[in-house]
Amino acid sequence: MRLAALSLVLLAHPALANKVYITNEKGNDITVLESETLEVIATFPAGNRPRGITISPDGKELYVCASDDDTVRVFETETYTETHTLPSGPDPELFVLHPSGNPLYIANEDDNLVTIVDVQSHRMLAEVPVGVEPEGMAISPDGAFVVNTSETTNMAHFIDTATSQIVANVLVDQRPRYAQFTSDGKLLFVTAEIGGTVAVIDVATKEVVHKIGFEIPGVLPEAIQPVGLKITQDGSRIFVALGPANRVAVIDGTTFEVLDYLLVGQRVWQLAFTPDESLLFTTNGNSNDVSVIDVAAGEVIRSVPVGQQPWGIVVGPD
Amino acid sequence: MQFIAAISLVGLLAPALAEADTLIRAAVLRVDVAGLPPISRLDLAPADLGLAGARLGTEDNATTGSFMGQIFETADFVATPDTAAAALEEALAGGAGFVVILADDATTLALTDLAGDRALILNAGARGDGLRGADCRGNVVHVAPSHAMLADALAQFLAWKKWDSWFLVAGSHPADVDLAQAFRTAATKFGAEIVEERVYEDTGGARRTDTGHVQVQKQMPVFTQGAEDHDILIAADEAGIFAEYLPFQTWDARPVAGSAGLVPRTWHPALEAWGATQFQNRFEAMAGRPMREEDYQAWLAIRIVGEAATRTQSGDPANLREHILSPEFEVAGFKGQKLTIRDWDHQLRQPILLTTGALTVTVSPQDAFLHQVSQLDTLGRDRPETECSFP
Repeated sequence: MRLAALSLVLLAHPALANKVYITNEKGNDITVLESETLEVIATFPAGNRPRGITISPDGKELYVCASDDDTVRVFETETYTETHTLPSGPDPELFVLHPSGNPLYIANEDDNLVTIVDVQSHRMLAEVPVGVEPEGMAISPDGAFVVNTSETTNMAHFIDTATSQIVANVLVDQRPRYAQFTSDGKLLFVTAEIGGTVAVIDVATKEVVHKIGFEIPGVLPEAIQPVGLKITQDGSRIFVALGPANRVAVIDGTTFEVLDYLLVGQRVWQLAFTPDESLLFTTNGNSNDVSVIDVAAGEVIRSVPVGQQPWGIVVGPD
Repeated sequence: MQFIAAISLVGLLAPALAEADTLIRAAVLRVDVAGLPPISRLDLAPADLGLAGARLGTEDNATTGSFMGQIFETADFVATPDTAAAALEEALAGGAGFVVILADDATTLALTDLAGDRALILNAGARGDGLRGADCRGNVVHVAPSHAMLADALAQFLAWKKWDSWFLVAGSHPADVDLAQAFRTAATKFGAEIVEERVYEDTGGARRTDTGHVQVQKQMPVFTQGAEDHDILIAADEAGIFAEYLPFQTWDARPVAGSAGLVPRTWHPALEAWGATQFQNRFEAMAGRPMREEDYQAWLAIRIVGEAATRTQSGDPANLREHILSPEFEVAGFKGQKLTIRDWDHQLRQPILLTTGALTVTVSPQDAFLHQVSQLDTLGRDRPETECSFP
């Protein structure tokens, strides 16, 4: 059954294999998977408490928040060697790269700051004071706004990238963790871990236009904690990692209705698509594995053991 | 009395808002009772106990307030039982609409009645079940856990372990008696049996002396000798007289829980789950010491005020109070789920950590204990059992 589904995927997408990079928060390393075989092809050290991870648009540089080292480490994806570090400010947790590949916007959880760093000159460009415990970071497709979510202040802060000033603050539910814009830049989705909801924000008016709630038979409401979120390029589907509920919710991008809950590993945290969006990977912090979802079929097709407490994930471009 | 530096912080962050800002005033009042030092010097109370937690809460509120046009101010008071009433009057005269109180049961009740409808009291210290029962008041929110919640949290874990024969040793002080009663109720509720009870009389006398351990090593085995066969010894010692002496000094080779050994608490400085690490870091950077339960509870009390101000976008204490006591109210507190307030006795629902000196062993409610409304209501007095009817 599993094999059949897998070979189907391989048949349907014969194109390219991509590298999938997973940060292991407790293992202090990065696991590299190959998206076609779903085999682990490498593991390399990544500093202390690696969490947020992203990749340059050309796929050559990997950026990793080494939270307990108070720095962003940069690795060559070809050799897995560290080339340099970037000044991140204290306790970097999540960040987002400008669509052009520069600069990098970093949330500093302990210091109520967003740090903006030039990835070429390796210099800090600006610090923007935000709410308490900044975490989620998103950038609009046109690069005009960076959004930061602050976990104790419970807001999505819209930062104008031209002036590095906050231009709007949108109140959401308790402990906002992750944010993402739709590819047309019209909507922003923000997950609230403790609130148990996803806020849909109209980017033009900066207002919450819808709130998505979750209900899973047999799962305590308190265990449903939305964390990572990914939207398909065409905006038709939204996937939300529900933390200790051990499920990924599949949401209709037009009606915002929850269509399905996919059972994955324990304490599912972050999500990443392959570039062709055929597969979605989830990091499962408590079961130390990655679940692989066949997006078209809406099924979990494999779980792959990785390192200790997998947290962040990024897939290399084609 | 001292005002914290949150005001200047707000000024830095949002100078443009200064003119239209709304000011929300609170106070924190700690009432210290003169007494013996704790058994362990590790437990000596820092001078800013509780106050430091309130300070961090005010800073957190101020950061959020800078985006909302709200300024938060918290005045600190440290009093004795004799000067507590005057300190409360001074706080109220200073315009505090919310007063966080860290005191024993009797003082908390007296101050709550003295405040009347002039302020909402946030009880961050007193744990007696009477304050949530026969002596309950409508103008107080209990952020501190009740004895019933703490006892139930431990009882659930012991039920899961199937350690259901308890040897209860209670102190002779009123708070010890209250806690011991909570353990008896918890035993009945969760199917444990108290096979033996003893009272440890506080007769004064030497405690921490250079030969203390020699005495303890002789006294504690004798005191616990000959008890009915039991799985665990539960100590009810709110006064801190004897419980810490019990682990490894009991006659029988049995673990100790309650006021020593495995201790139910709202907070522990080793907690790392649910984003607690960064919260511990922020507190330690500010206070220069680990966070204690009193600090956590005072922080949470001040955050409750801030959360109400954010959600209502108001600075009017009456509006905030209405929101805090409404079913819509919820606040996050690094416990992995939203915290809400019971409408029948104004007790804050929260998970309870069961801790040793170094670690969180487990967190209650335990998974197996279900509830039709909120799993957190398996801890403490549920709606059908409450003895509270607000005057």
